Amino acid sequence: MILKGKVYRAGDNINTDVIMPGRWCHLTDNDELAKHCMEDHDRDFLKKIKPGDIIVADDNFGCGSSREVAPLSIKAVGIAGIVARSFARIFYRNCINIGLPIFESPECAEVTEAGDELEIDVFGGRIVNATRGKEMTFAPYPDFMQTILRDGGLRAWVLDKVNKK
Amino acid sequence: MGQTIAEKIIAVHAGRPTVQPGQIVNVSVDIAMANELSAALSIKELGEWGIDHLHNPEKICLIPDHFTPNKDLNAAKITKIVREFARRHNVKWYFEVGRAGIEHAVIPLEGVILPGQLMVGGDSHTCTAGALNCFATGMGSTDIACAWATGEVWLKVPHSARLTFTGKLRPHVYGKDLILHALGDLTTAGATYMSIEYHGDVFEKLPLSDRFTMSNMAIEAGGKAGLFEFDQKTKEIVESTPRFIQDKPKYTPYAPDSDATYALERTYDVSTIEPLVARPFSPDNVAVVSSCTEVNIDEVVIGGCTNGWLEDLVRAAEVFRGRKVHPNVRVVVIPGSQRIIRQACDLGLPQIFIDAGCVFSTSTCGPCIGGHMGVLGEGEICVSTTNRNFRGRMGHLSSEVYLANPAVAAASAILGHIGSPDDL
Repeated sequence: MILKGKVYRAGDNINTDVIMPGRWCHLTDNDELAKHCMEDHDRDFLKKIKPGDIIVADDNFGCGSSREVAPLSIKAVGIAGIVARSFARIFYRNCINIGLPIFESPECAEVTEAGDELEIDVFGGRIVNATRGKEMTFAPYPDFMQTILRDGGLRAWVLDKVNKK
Repeated sequence: MGQTIAEKIIAVHAGRPTVQPGQIVNVSVDIAMANELSAALSIKELGEWGIDHLHNPEKICLIPDHFTPNKDLNAAKITKIVREFARRHNVKWYFEVGRAGIEHAVIPLEGVILPGQLMVGGDSHTCTAGALNCFATGMGSTDIACAWATGEVWLKVPHSARLTFTGKLRPHVYGKDLILHALGDLTTAGATYMSIEYHGDVFEKLPLSDRFTMSNMAIEAGGKAGLFEFDQKTKEIVESTPRFIQDKPKYTPYAPDSDATYALERTYDVSTIEPLVARPFSPDNVAVVSSCTEVNIDEVVIGGCTNGWLEDLVRAAEVFRGRKVHPNVRVVVIPGSQRIIRQACDLGLPQIFIDAGCVFSTSTCGPCIGGHMGVLGEGEICVSTTNRNFRGRMGHLSSEVYLANPAVAAASAILGHIGSPDDL
């Protein structure tokens, strides 16, 4: 799986409250969630991005609450993947479970600016920043997480378990 | 090689003799909990997956608490979905408004979870229950749906961190100040993906409620869980819950091995710790109360899942007794659960809060997430005993939240600016 897109650049400690504020946490519909994605981080976020774009952030992206509406809203607006220096763990897990590719790469965060063109080989462990002429690697997912991502989320794993019982 | 508390509990639930940090295992879940916000999404997912049979309704807990009592039609809509789901599936641990409270206060005090057990919850502060020596961790709605359907979740075994607190506490210093002190040292990413173990002689002198406060905020350091060892104080709380008295369930506490491995170890001398606040906009932006006395405030929130325990209400009431809230300040007191409200009534605490000029509210997460019962307006400043002060967390994007312990919050409410009971 290859992702190719322009970069939306974010900084440190982007928490789930600014990605999806509490006032919208009653929503469960993806189209509704998409309208409010990153609303309290950047009011112009939706104007700045288009489907296929990639978020690149610094440390501890997704810290705070376990609200799955945060990564769901990012997926719903069409962001293809998120690269960060580091992620908060519940957010990381939620992304894998909903099939949103997510990559830890301090190297990529170091060299990448807003608007750069990125190409990510999701299972090959390779990121190319075409704008900066840089090729980087990241540690591949453990087999189990690869399977979930290839299935597009946890659904298939759950159904398999339920059917076996 | 020795095992930490978290490793022992995870190993037992994975059916293995031992586990190693970094290993991915499937674990059986004793309780899978959700509030109305996370549950609504889990229920929707189960529907989309075509699953209508739950693994074991006795292991499911549902507590509508965030936007309850229903703050508007949206809240009414999702709590109705959750209530109907609970009835249809005969969910054992469904707590209705009026018989419940905030999930993290209800779960340990009603005996939903026991020492040595493993709980996942659709709320990041699920880690609160770790104070009872169980492995409790927050997850998203998909994971909760998975646990309801299969009885299991996948888990990456976390590394463990060992934080030790020793020495004599100064006046007006409580569990909240100890965890804020640790956050100032570790930062909000300092224990990412670690299971924090709290140790030290200081916990012999503090009530169990301070352990709940500290386990509650393990997630603020990025922690996956926040656990305490089992002792006489834990036993007293666990064995006094309605569920325990009725069912007398067996449980197994776990202690770490003496040669357990920790990825991070810190020892804090508590005698050097003064009452603290976390300034906007991060729980690790910690400062001593005495350095913030110039900050005038508009609102004070006392309670919530971090500091809504009976002992917290007693500490705040002692400060309010015979005093009045400053004319420029409004105060909302939010006990953790109906049980705590009842106990507070027995002690005459509501009268003290009301005489001082506070709102004495039912239990709800409302103000802490900018939902209802005290949403902050433009530019307003709040002292809150809750756990997060991110930008816009409790209301308007320009509002500011200082996190503090209940005694400092009460003193600040009377002073009209940030201060400690010694400043009164």
